[in-house]
Amino acid sequence: MSERVLGSLSLRMGPAQVVFLALLAVLVLGAIVGGAEFMSMETVVGIQQRSAALGIVAIGQTLAILAGSLDLSVAVLISLTSLVAAEMMESGNVAGGVAGALAVSVLVGLVNGAVITKFKVHAFIATLGMTLVIKGVLDHLYDGPAGRVPDSFQRLGYDRIGPIPVSALLWAGVALAVWFILTRTRTGYRIYAVGGDVEVARLSGVRTDRVVIITHVLCSLCAGIAGLLLASRLGAGAPTVGTDGGYDLESIAAVVLGGTALAGGRGGVAGTVGGVLLLAVLDSLFNLLEVNSFFKDVVRGVVIVAAVAVYVRRRKS
Amino acid sequence: MLSMREIDKSFLGVRVLSDISLDAEAGEVHALVGENGAGKSTLMKILAGVHTPEAGTISIDGVPVTFGHPLDAQRAGVAIIYQELTLLPERSVAENVFLGREPTRRGMVDRSAMERQTSKLLLELGESTFGPRDAVGRLSVAQQQVVEICKALSVDARIIVMDEPTASLAEHEVELLYDLVRRLRERGMAILYISHRMREIFDLSQRVTVLKDGALVATRNTADVTQSELVSLMVGRELSHYYPPRAAPEEKGEVVISIRGAGNATLHDIDLDLRAGEITGLAGLQGSGRTELAKAVFGAEPFTHGTMTPLRPRSVRQAIAAGIGLVTEDRKAEGLALRQSVGDNALLVSRAMGRGTAARVRELLSRVRLAPPDPEREVRYLSGGNQQKVVLAKWMTVAPRVLVFDEPTRGVDVGAKAAIHELIRELAREGMAVLMISSELPELIGMSDRILVLREGRLAGELPPGSSEETIMHLAAADEAAA
Repeated sequence: MSERVLGSLSLRMGPAQVVFLALLAVLVLGAIVGGAEFMSMETVVGIQQRSAALGIVAIGQTLAILAGSLDLSVAVLISLTSLVAAEMMESGNVAGGVAGALAVSVLVGLVNGAVITKFKVHAFIATLGMTLVIKGVLDHLYDGPAGRVPDSFQRLGYDRIGPIPVSALLWAGVALAVWFILTRTRTGYRIYAVGGDVEVARLSGVRTDRVVIITHVLCSLCAGIAGLLLASRLGAGAPTVGTDGGYDLESIAAVVLGGTALAGGRGGVAGTVGGVLLLAVLDSLFNLLEVNSFFKDVVRGVVIVAAVAVYVRRRKS
Repeated sequence: MLSMREIDKSFLGVRVLSDISLDAEAGEVHALVGENGAGKSTLMKILAGVHTPEAGTISIDGVPVTFGHPLDAQRAGVAIIYQELTLLPERSVAENVFLGREPTRRGMVDRSAMERQTSKLLLELGESTFGPRDAVGRLSVAQQQVVEICKALSVDARIIVMDEPTASLAEHEVELLYDLVRRLRERGMAILYISHRMREIFDLSQRVTVLKDGALVATRNTADVTQSELVSLMVGRELSHYYPPRAAPEEKGEVVISIRGAGNATLHDIDLDLRAGEITGLAGLQGSGRTELAKAVFGAEPFTHGTMTPLRPRSVRQAIAAGIGLVTEDRKAEGLALRQSVGDNALLVSRAMGRGTAARVRELLSRVRLAPPDPEREVRYLSGGNQQKVVLAKWMTVAPRVLVFDEPTRGVDVGAKAAIHELIRELAREGMAVLMISSELPELIGMSDRILVLREGRLAGELPPGSSEETIMHLAAADEAAA
């Protein structure tokens, strides 16, 4: 009886709900096997801090993927913006550094979007090309960390209000803003339409190119914000901070784990937040249990693939 | 209300429309008819702002307009309901209706206004079986059409184009569509109605315009024209091409495949015998089930009931093993691996079936008159005609006893066409049973030893070789004249 109720309940749930249910299950599991240590302030804060940067990037990636595109250049853009910010802040000009990093992001997003829509280059190739271009510039100009951010700016990365780090609040703010765009504005509706079927959107009078460009600008902006966050954590900019963190593929994995269709048009912010948290909690749990790091990757891989297989099955039923 | 004057359009140097003029008045249903490829859809896409014409003018209420983007046409009050519905299955009815024009309040999309207005439109159209929040993907095709019409009404369209709206509707849904069209007409809209079906044209339209080969044949008041006049306007064309001689009676052999009472979701009560040495032509309108029949015989969309001897294939593999082949309608998507070589393509089937015949590839390529018979070239660089020859070679490697051709010469130039016709006849003469589908009636008449006509998933009748286009069209399209 209870099984049937559970079954029909789970049938009615969307992927976002499923991922949060899985998150809850992992948390309960963590509490059982990890005990007090898993529920300690340190762990809770750690999970939030670790997920904030990936979370912000993944929110941006959600936009690109929903519009039927994707962005591989977020990782190098994070490195680039961390350096731009840190170098400009060396003189103590925090506002200038922030503005500089965001301006670079907008530019990269514009170029990505324009190449994809105007030259009809597939997003995978267009953003891979952008990755190589930025990487070349970084490798040429830097061999290690550069610039310095003032202490006041470092508080973004380390301060917290009670158990909640400022970085997590920043992530929540970005997520809320994008959620608002997707569900309350025309732009959001059109992102879903373009990702659902670009020709249908065009024939309905949507300026599809513009929509794709806007999503790429927003996606790059999110990467820029993550770059700022990482600069504040490191106290400097670093040419490999983005690629070392694997933010390109990790962000795509988190989006997909959150139930957003890689083909576009279906999904949303909530699922991505759940996906990022699930990955972070799994990570904490593995650290706590001192699981071999290779095994960790195996489990993460299986979780992501299994999740997508489950979503596909549910859609068919 | 609408006036299109002297419209010309070419694609890649091929003239597809020349000097077409068309009017539509408020409160009028103007039917647009013509065979496949006559240019109806292109003309309508020009009106929708999807294509831009090379010459000619469009004016609405006497004001000349130019459409560079579908949005321009929408703003000018033109709405198109395409044959392939342009809706997003994942999104709700209201979201689809207002796609691209979502109402906003203080910068935010006003969902409740959107749903309220959609409900109002649905009510006006007498639709109560679904609501604005339902996901479009869950609706029937007929219901989705209502959503499309809501979309048109919500932009205050005054000119509505319907491209074969009944093609995918069930019989009882057609009546509902009639009601809808009449309501739209009463609201003072001009409706351009594209259809193949005689009954609809005579039931609904006040005027009818006939297009053929991209040119205007005539515009008539529907009341002043008879069905057979209309059919001759549509087809009236001389056979311009020599066809190989038909099979002599002694060349027709035994029955190779015999189908009795077979059917599936789209086909009903199919009785069909295919004889060795005989070319059986299959005629029918778009949506009559021609391709579905080909795919059923070939096991790609199998029959679900009825008998077929020697074997009712449940999969493509079974059909091929039983000696049945299909030359598909869309050779680029279904017939060939475009980026692979001629040789690899020619061996697709025999390799798949585990029969190696690599040694014979060159021989086969010259047999199908591929010029040059070079197995190394990538198929995508070949002309349509040569590609089709490669498809033929692909089947000849496994020597099927039955070969089904679905539109064997679509997109093929005249010279290659004659070569393909000869090849098909040659294969028949060697004892193959051939089932050939073509929407090009002269070809069907020229090639077939007998002609079967499909209508709405059923065989409507059999005609002797050399029947006229008129007879075939009547049987395929007309309801009263067929009797």
